[in-house]
Amino acid sequence: MPLIAVNRLNLSIHDKPILRDVSFKIARGETLGLVGESGSGKSITALAMMQLLPHGGKAEGEIRFRKKNILQMPESELCRMRGRRIGMVFQEPMTALNPVKTIGAQISESLTWHFGVSKREARERAADLMDRVGLPASRFPLERFPHQLSGGQRQRVVIAMAIACKPKLLIADEPTTALDVTIQAQILALIKEIVKKDDMGLLLISHDLAVVADMADRVAIMKDGEIVETGPTGSLFANLTHPYSQSLFEASNHVPQKRVRPVLSIARRRTEPLVKVEGLVRNYALPRRSLFRKQPPFTAVDRVSFKILPGQSLGLVGESGCGKSTLARAILGLEEPNGGSISVLGRDPFSARGKEREAVHRSVQVVFQDPYGSFNPRHRIERIVAEPLFLLRGEIDEGEKRRRVEEALLNVGLSAADKEKYPHEFSGGQRQRIAIARALVTKPKLIVADEPVSALDVSIRAQILDLFADLRDKLGLAYLFISHDLSVVRAITDEVMVMNAGKIVEHGPTALVFDHPRHPYTRLLVSAAPDLKTAIRRRAKWEKKAGVAVTAKRDRMTPGKGET
Amino acid sequence: MLAYVLKRALSLIATLVVATAVVFIVLEVLPGDPAALMLGVEAREDTIAALHRQLGLDQPAPMRYAAWLAGLVTGDLGTSYTYSVPVSELVSERLAVTLPLALMALALSVVIAFPVAVIAARNRGRAPDTSIMALTQLGIAVPNFWFAILLVYVFAVALRLVPSGGFPGWSEGVGAAFQALTLPAVALALPQASILARVLRSALVDTLHEDYIRTARAKGLTRHAALWRHAVRNALIPVLTILGLQFSFLIAGTIIIENVFYLPGIGRLVFQAITQRDLIVVKSVVVLLVATVVIVTFFVDIAYAAVDPRLRRR
Repeated sequence: MPLIAVNRLNLSIHDKPILRDVSFKIARGETLGLVGESGSGKSITALAMMQLLPHGGKAEGEIRFRKKNILQMPESELCRMRGRRIGMVFQEPMTALNPVKTIGAQISESLTWHFGVSKREARERAADLMDRVGLPASRFPLERFPHQLSGGQRQRVVIAMAIACKPKLLIADEPTTALDVTIQAQILALIKEIVKKDDMGLLLISHDLAVVADMADRVAIMKDGEIVETGPTGSLFANLTHPYSQSLFEASNHVPQKRVRPVLSIARRRTEPLVKVEGLVRNYALPRRSLFRKQPPFTAVDRVSFKILPGQSLGLVGESGCGKSTLARAILGLEEPNGGSISVLGRDPFSARGKEREAVHRSVQVVFQDPYGSFNPRHRIERIVAEPLFLLRGEIDEGEKRRRVEEALLNVGLSAADKEKYPHEFSGGQRQRIAIARALVTKPKLIVADEPVSALDVSIRAQILDLFADLRDKLGLAYLFISHDLSVVRAITDEVMVMNAGKIVEHGPTALVFDHPRHPYTRLLVSAAPDLKTAIRRRAKWEKKAGVAVTAKRDRMTPGKGET
Repeated sequence: MLAYVLKRALSLIATLVVATAVVFIVLEVLPGDPAALMLGVEAREDTIAALHRQLGLDQPAPMRYAAWLAGLVTGDLGTSYTYSVPVSELVSERLAVTLPLALMALALSVVIAFPVAVIAARNRGRAPDTSIMALTQLGIAVPNFWFAILLVYVFAVALRLVPSGGFPGWSEGVGAAFQALTLPAVALALPQASILARVLRSALVDTLHEDYIRTARAKGLTRHAALWRHAVRNALIPVLTILGLQFSFLIAGTIIIENVFYLPGIGRLVFQAITQRDLIVVKSVVVLLVATVVIVTFFVDIAYAAVDPRLRRR
């Protein structure tokens, strides 16, 4: 008998249908991966199972758990079930914890709430739980507040809270999406270990096929509120039948066609570089701890040297806080270095003044991660895209300005008529296209792209990567492509630099660095990055051995009927 | 936390010193000779000079500032030009009315605002919320002196429950004094409570949408428990700011209400002192009010840190 069975779940919010006929089961000790793009209804499914729906949400159908239908439980019974029988881990560890309460108080709260144990006993158990999630009480006292922990540590606290009452079912909604790859690997391993040891059922929600393939016994693929395909992980991925699942799979492995030959600095030593960085150092002062001793400064970028050649696509990978963005800001002329030199087209962007400086800015433009945050919502697209043309004031007239904007919009696959619209009229992917158009409008030589596809769904990500590749072919652009995602960097760059704690630890042709990493940190990074193909291969082999020879087809859409 | 308190205390003292200097300089620059004013237009030059000496006005300005500052610290504020009594006596007499009144009004506004805001936030968008919002809007819009007159008419004139005005003094018994302060306190509290309730309600509504409230609910906490255990303390930050501003206002800004109820408070004292050019009283009261604001801000800062651990390290 399954631990939980969702049967023909239909859900609407303010009469707008969100989920249609969603059915799945999770057995004890089984992990079901629920995959889909943003807005597909994954998170709402999880919230429906907890009956924590947003205002106006109405669910029909059945969610059978311990012989009862959760949808018909009174609120008091639901409160006894939540946290005690079903635990939940959320996506954003930075905001999932109450900032004004100690982590000890937050972990022990569910114990005192559900079991009425004394505060002291709850604290003792909280310390044990902290131990279990890898935060030993000796180094992480219970009196700590959330802001004193890193993202990964906070997610461990959230997991400790979720498993405090030993629930039978754990729901993890994108538990590692906000974390770095090496931390992601640790958290996934922790969840795997806990679920296995306590024989829990796990619903793992993710947009990342590689993560799901690595973790889940069975997978359900969701699109527009419907489950389009489901089955054992290995065999399902081996023969996907639904066109959407196929396109999702393709997009996850997407590599844009390379038409230009890779530009490698070793092969072209004599070419005059676009950007030359030598021994760059950037320090940040830290607040004093004592009145008498000054804190040594924090070195965000530590003696970094590299070149970017015309037309070259250079990748920069590393985890959050390693100095990637500081380095990018220095090249953009936004952050003056404390040491070393930068030269852009033979000029120093910090000592150059007036027209010289504007020429530097004109030839280096930027695309940021968040297309929502970098636009003024009250400006029309024309004004947004034309903004950098300020650097050309006096040189071009209004007509030329308009022509430039239209040309840039056409180049990124939008239409000239789009310039009359406002940012909110576009989707996330289109907004990123607008951001790229804004970068193109001054006809730059180099585009610094800081995590340009991290906020996008896989299918949109594939399109934007194609766009970057196309533009490079067409306009001969060079890129400095910054990302924490190795697969993205691999898909689009000729050379890659691996950054750790402010230093470049490895630099070489992309394929070579990722296939044969030499530095221990690169090796760690490469091994921590989830890889879809190897995960599927491993699953398929294991399923063959265990005899889970169910074809995906037979498993598809058979709500209520028995599955083997 | 201790380092934070010390730092705040240092900045408190610095602010006070700067404030006294500013008050002193401004009153120094203003025209009007208090000695001439006290003696009238027909006074002779030498009598004025004698009075100058008597009041210490012949000393150079820095000396007078130092002497005044020393007096402030020891509680010797000088003698009022018009009343010929020590200013400290005058001020403490009036503070005995104003301070209890302000505290009563503040307590009342908190007691009214808190439950009202919680009820509104819990029923957001429904009838209790919309009616509370409408009522608080009215509470802010109606001038408090008009409301005071209404209160006098209903409770003093028609029902004869409390006196309509005046203050018997604390020597006449605590009960009588409190009775005299009740209506003014209510009149002062109502608009303050309305503002406070609206601020707290919107802060609560915001925090109820935070991720950690969802986490608390996923732990099994009821809506009610999640609100009290996780939302209220987080919603307190903007409320503390408003509370600090309100208390300062209640000390300094009660002059209209004091006039409606014939209360001998600080507001009336300073008003009379200004019209009579009793600069030494004006100076003392202004410094007192500045000190109140600065000290209240200090306590609000400490309260922030007590509520929110993230602020403690600064």
